[in-house]
Amino acid sequence: MSLETVIRSIFSTLFLASVIRISTPIIFPAMGGLIAVVTGVPNMALEGIMNVGAFVGVMVSAYTGNVWLAILAGIVAGVLMALLLGLFHIYFKTNLFIGGLAVNLMASGGTVFLLYIMTGDKGNSASVKSLSVPNWEIPFFKDIPFLGDVISGHPVFTYLAFLSVILVYIFLYRTRFGTHLRAVGENPEAATTLGIDVKKSRMIALAISGVFAALGGMNLSMAYLQFFQKEMAAGRGWIGIAAVHLGARKPLGVLFASILFGFADAISNQLGSLNIPSQLVQTIPYITTVVALAVFAIQQRQAALERMKRYQKEHLEAISANASKAE
Amino acid sequence: MKPIVEMKNIVKIYDNGVVANNGVNFTVNKGEIHALVGENGAGKSTLMKILYGIEQPTEGEIIIDGQSVSFKSSLDAIDHKIGMVHQNFMLVPSFTVAANVVLGNEPIKNGFIDKDQVLKVTKELSDQFGLFVQPDAIVDGINVGQRQRVEILKTLYRKAEILILDEPTAVLTPQETQDLFKAIRTLVQQGKTVIFITHKLREVKEISDRVTVMRHGKMIGTVDTKDVTREQMANMMVGREVFLNITKPPMKRGEKRMEIKNLSYISETGRPVLQDVSFNLYAGEILGIAGVEGNGQTELVEVLTGLKRSAGGQAFVKGKSVLDHTPREVRQQGVAHIPEDRLTNGVALKESIEENLIVDRYFSAPYKKGMMLDYRLIENKGKELIKQFGILTPNGKLPVESLSGGNMQKVIVAREFSSNPFVLIASQPTRGIDVGATEFIREELVRLRTAGCAVLLVSADLSEVMSLSDRIVTLYEGRITGVFPDAAKVGEDELGLYMLGIKHQTNEEMEKFL
Repeated sequence: MSLETVIRSIFSTLFLASVIRISTPIIFPAMGGLIAVVTGVPNMALEGIMNVGAFVGVMVSAYTGNVWLAILAGIVAGVLMALLLGLFHIYFKTNLFIGGLAVNLMASGGTVFLLYIMTGDKGNSASVKSLSVPNWEIPFFKDIPFLGDVISGHPVFTYLAFLSVILVYIFLYRTRFGTHLRAVGENPEAATTLGIDVKKSRMIALAISGVFAALGGMNLSMAYLQFFQKEMAAGRGWIGIAAVHLGARKPLGVLFASILFGFADAISNQLGSLNIPSQLVQTIPYITTVVALAVFAIQQRQAALERMKRYQKEHLEAISANASKAE
Repeated sequence: MKPIVEMKNIVKIYDNGVVANNGVNFTVNKGEIHALVGENGAGKSTLMKILYGIEQPTEGEIIIDGQSVSFKSSLDAIDHKIGMVHQNFMLVPSFTVAANVVLGNEPIKNGFIDKDQVLKVTKELSDQFGLFVQPDAIVDGINVGQRQRVEILKTLYRKAEILILDEPTAVLTPQETQDLFKAIRTLVQQGKTVIFITHKLREVKEISDRVTVMRHGKMIGTVDTKDVTREQMANMMVGREVFLNITKPPMKRGEKRMEIKNLSYISETGRPVLQDVSFNLYAGEILGIAGVEGNGQTELVEVLTGLKRSAGGQAFVKGKSVLDHTPREVRQQGVAHIPEDRLTNGVALKESIEENLIVDRYFSAPYKKGMMLDYRLIENKGKELIKQFGILTPNGKLPVESLSGGNMQKVIVAREFSSNPFVLIASQPTRGIDVGATEFIREELVRLRTAGCAVLLVSADLSEVMSLSDRIVTLYEGRITGVFPDAAKVGEDELGLYMLGIKHQTNEEMEKFL
């Protein structure tokens, strides 16, 4: 395929729709990561929880034949994994990264182990008949040319992901509980003196982030593909954490960061058809992550420096004003 | 006037055995401004933490408004309408002023926070009590005075009737202090009771109705402020110190070793901490800095040793400027430093004793050999110093954190003394360590001075300053208030007056002795 075809395809409805589709399993863990981070307990197990959610959803759907029950089971499994991390870190005072490492490794090994027991296969669950979530043709919108093709007909998970951004925003900034979570994250001592239970708040924040990560996992195994495969999250949980920071810990910013990563991923898919080594192309999303985080970090430091300078200047001015008043 | 707070026979012994309160009786009347004064470590903060439910008393009874209470946490105290403004503010920086005021108990409409109401109640409280704030400003961007008002509003939003202000003026500029006093008077006019912790007697005189003085964990007395002079209060605070039994050979003052000229320092919050400080340090003398803690001593040491950047002035050692140089550059001019906070600045806790002993010189010969460290030499040097300074440890390979406070301090002293210093700056060298180590370190300081080193001694322990020093300088609110060329001839009462800013020497008087 020539470069021209690639470029043309990038501006096609198919490509834009694929950006949306690919962004979905990043938005979910990113939203979960966001809630945990603002509460002061970064969920380092997002990646593992996605794998567990993906696995449990598929297996329960295969055994019960009920897709909604399967989603519920996946969410419960995700919450339990997140609470396990909380138990390690918040109650047993394990280092967060070590706790996260343990949960991630357990998720990765545990899912493959159970997969083998249940299906006899160590790689994927293609041998069992699992269900997937339905797609949604948006009434009216689906008939609009171009726009309809881009935004209509995605799995319901995709719409849920975008909707969750608004819900997370309202939760964190408009409800009492969400506000308390942010206060806990920024100044736990202050929150404690006001009667906010820091440990409980952090456990709940982790549980909520477990829900999101599990949904992200199931989006992979029950919408994106229709089966579970080993290490299915493939780094999306980690990229979700990157998106939280790149998005400046604000829901809308995190959404854009997630879409940026989704876009990079989609581009690398398109370029795969060019005569460039595929390994190189596949690095695009990760290079984007590194570059984006570096740019973000530099900007943050610049802003902090300027804030400090402004602050000191104001005070020095106030002092000299006072001094001249005194004279 | 009826009492609103009665604390009876309060005893507080901490887990580590420190007796912070020893049978304290403290009564506050409704509607008064009650000052609680005493030196650092006198037990006033502990007493207030007990009243606010943060600490539980070992013994004693608390009666609020005629009702005997027992607080398990500060929430219980808040329920009894007690509010406290801590020295380090408890605010969420990214939230607005109003969001901080209502935090934990936000007004709700239809399940969501009622933002208009949040702003409105804050505005109303602010107007009612004359505590000017901008409700929609982000806390991160407002100054210290405003932050303090937000803290007071927080307690008022929780319907506090009794407000405890823990050293509220320590971080304020004089102008902000006046604003605060105005606000406190408004609060009292509206029926609130204010407990005001401080060690600035000028402020006690200016703002309070009654004053309680504490010393060494005990209550010395409660008096009507108008009936007592600042001198009398100072006497109650400082008391009679025991003179330590230290034998010192007579001073043989040598050449000028360090010269400090018009030094000033401004804190990150914009408060002038050191103003125009000048003095000289001579070989063979111990110059003691006497002052109530928080009057600039800590910052003076930190600026002189390169840990903080000055806001102006000069400092010379051997004719070379050492101000605003890195700590290593300062050390290379022969300045040794026993830091006040030994756990943070004095040792690397996890590293071995012998490594800590050479951490000021590992980068040069003979400890450095090519790219590597000569560990055999380090080990031998360690053994030698451990023996010489009597550091109690099975061997020098153990981490410093395995040592007791006294032995840890001996490691620091061993390192600094063995660097053969030209000038030694010792900050709180014996704070919180056992009697044996204290005595040893004091003797070593005297020995070093007799051997010709110039020693600058900063200590909160007045008797230590008085008995070790040859010459004493008093520091009050970041300025030198007096200099006493013969430390043996000055009484602690006299010194106390200068430390508390009641008396000042003129520049002309001081000049020839600095």
